[in-house]
Amino acid sequence: MTSVESLRADILSVLTTIAPEVDPGEISDDELLRDQVDLDSMDWLNFLVGIHKRLHVDIPEKDYASLRTLADVMRYIEQRHDNGAAQ
Amino acid sequence: MIEFTMPALGADMDEGTLNEWLVKPGDTVTRGQVVAIVETTKAAVEVECWHDGVIHELIVPVGQTVAVGTVLATLLEAGEAAPARPRPSGRRAKKTHPAETPAAPAAVVPTPAQAAAETPPHRRRWVSPAARRLAESLEIDVDAVSGTGPQGAVTIHDVEHAAASAKQPQTKPTAADRAAGMRRSIAAAMSRSKREIPHYYLMQEIRSERALAWLTARNADRPITERILPAVLQLKAVALAAQRFGDFNGFWRDDAYHASGEVHVGVAISLRGGGLVAPAIHDVAGKKVDDLMSDLMDLVARARAGSLRSSEMSDPTITVTNLGDQGVDAVLGIIYPPQVALVGFGKPAQRVCVVDGGIRVLTTMHATLAADHRASDGHRGALFLAAIDELLQRPDDLEK
Repeated sequence: MTSVESLRADILSVLTTIAPEVDPGEISDDELLRDQVDLDSMDWLNFLVGIHKRLHVDIPEKDYASLRTLADVMRYIEQRHDNGAAQ
Repeated sequence: MIEFTMPALGADMDEGTLNEWLVKPGDTVTRGQVVAIVETTKAAVEVECWHDGVIHELIVPVGQTVAVGTVLATLLEAGEAAPARPRPSGRRAKKTHPAETPAAPAAVVPTPAQAAAETPPHRRRWVSPAARRLAESLEIDVDAVSGTGPQGAVTIHDVEHAAASAKQPQTKPTAADRAAGMRRSIAAAMSRSKREIPHYYLMQEIRSERALAWLTARNADRPITERILPAVLQLKAVALAAQRFGDFNGFWRDDAYHASGEVHVGVAISLRGGGLVAPAIHDVAGKKVDDLMSDLMDLVARARAGSLRSSEMSDPTITVTNLGDQGVDAVLGIIYPPQVALVGFGKPAQRVCVVDGGIRVLTTMHATLAADHRASDGHRGALFLAAIDELLQRPDDLEK
């Protein structure tokens, strides 16, 4: 089980791999990620693939729409880990 | 003797700086091998060699900026003997490839271009031991150094000069330099396009629910690493249509249209920090969507990392651009010369449509064609767009 801080850092590190111009300190948890970072659909896919590889969470396509903010993504991953759905 | 020249790297690229040689004299190269890195305003391009052979001589040294078409290196064909020339003993002799063992110099008749390349006194003949030691300590490839001494001998001064110029490309151009250079390149190519190409534009609304439902069903069964994006179906549909409508797949050169036998689709990729490139995915019509997806991901990643291959820069026969992710309904694009067509896709969205006399809400998107009126007419353009529409209604057929 990952602590909240390190989970947040992991997610931001995946994000900055895809969008290197982003300053992780500037990302707010509750604003829409796509408003804060210029992400097209391939960037978004790469972001989720990065999450999958780093945090061992598989995210079905039907769940994409519910992941809109950094807080959403953190909550989602914690739930998946708690449910033992990690692969 | 084969001459390996600086390839064309797209309409907006007429020169490049040789950044690195990945081969040295005596090395065997195979068709398609990346042999050099050339720096352009858009990327560090991995230059492929399209001949099988043995590297005979690297003519352009690292750090030099040369025009497209310049001979970068010479290669010997399999079994071809090198023109003999005086060689020092020692390390050089050990490096000599069997195919390079002496032949009668008189037997070799140089081609005019080759003869021209032979004339300048910079051809290396001999390397002074001091120069060689210095080269080793500075990690300079002495084979790539131009000699200015007697009979083109490489002197200490030449090695120092090569070391100085080799350092230049390593001090990476700043992001601002590169952005300014890229702006200039785009300005040149797009100005040329608008000046020379009489564009016409067509737009068609395409029902996309079938393709999107097919994708959703397909992706639901797959791990995230095997899912595909709608953009891939669009690329495949454009490629298959371009195969049927050859007047949109090729080049306008020397006042005439030249259709291409193959369909290499250029993909407009915006770069973080500004600018764009439109490198090719090769043979799109013949590839399965899974392969196209991995090609596309790889291409976008490399384009944004600034590392593309020369064939990707020079080969596109038609270009596709998709600005739907940014929310626009339609894009009326500018053709990338010498190509003659560009297909654009906008955002799929729910729209009110009339179907069979009834009002329905459907997911549609707008496909556009910008085409060169010298090469085709609006009637053919309309049929081409209709073919893309029809292909996108049959996603199963796009998969193969």
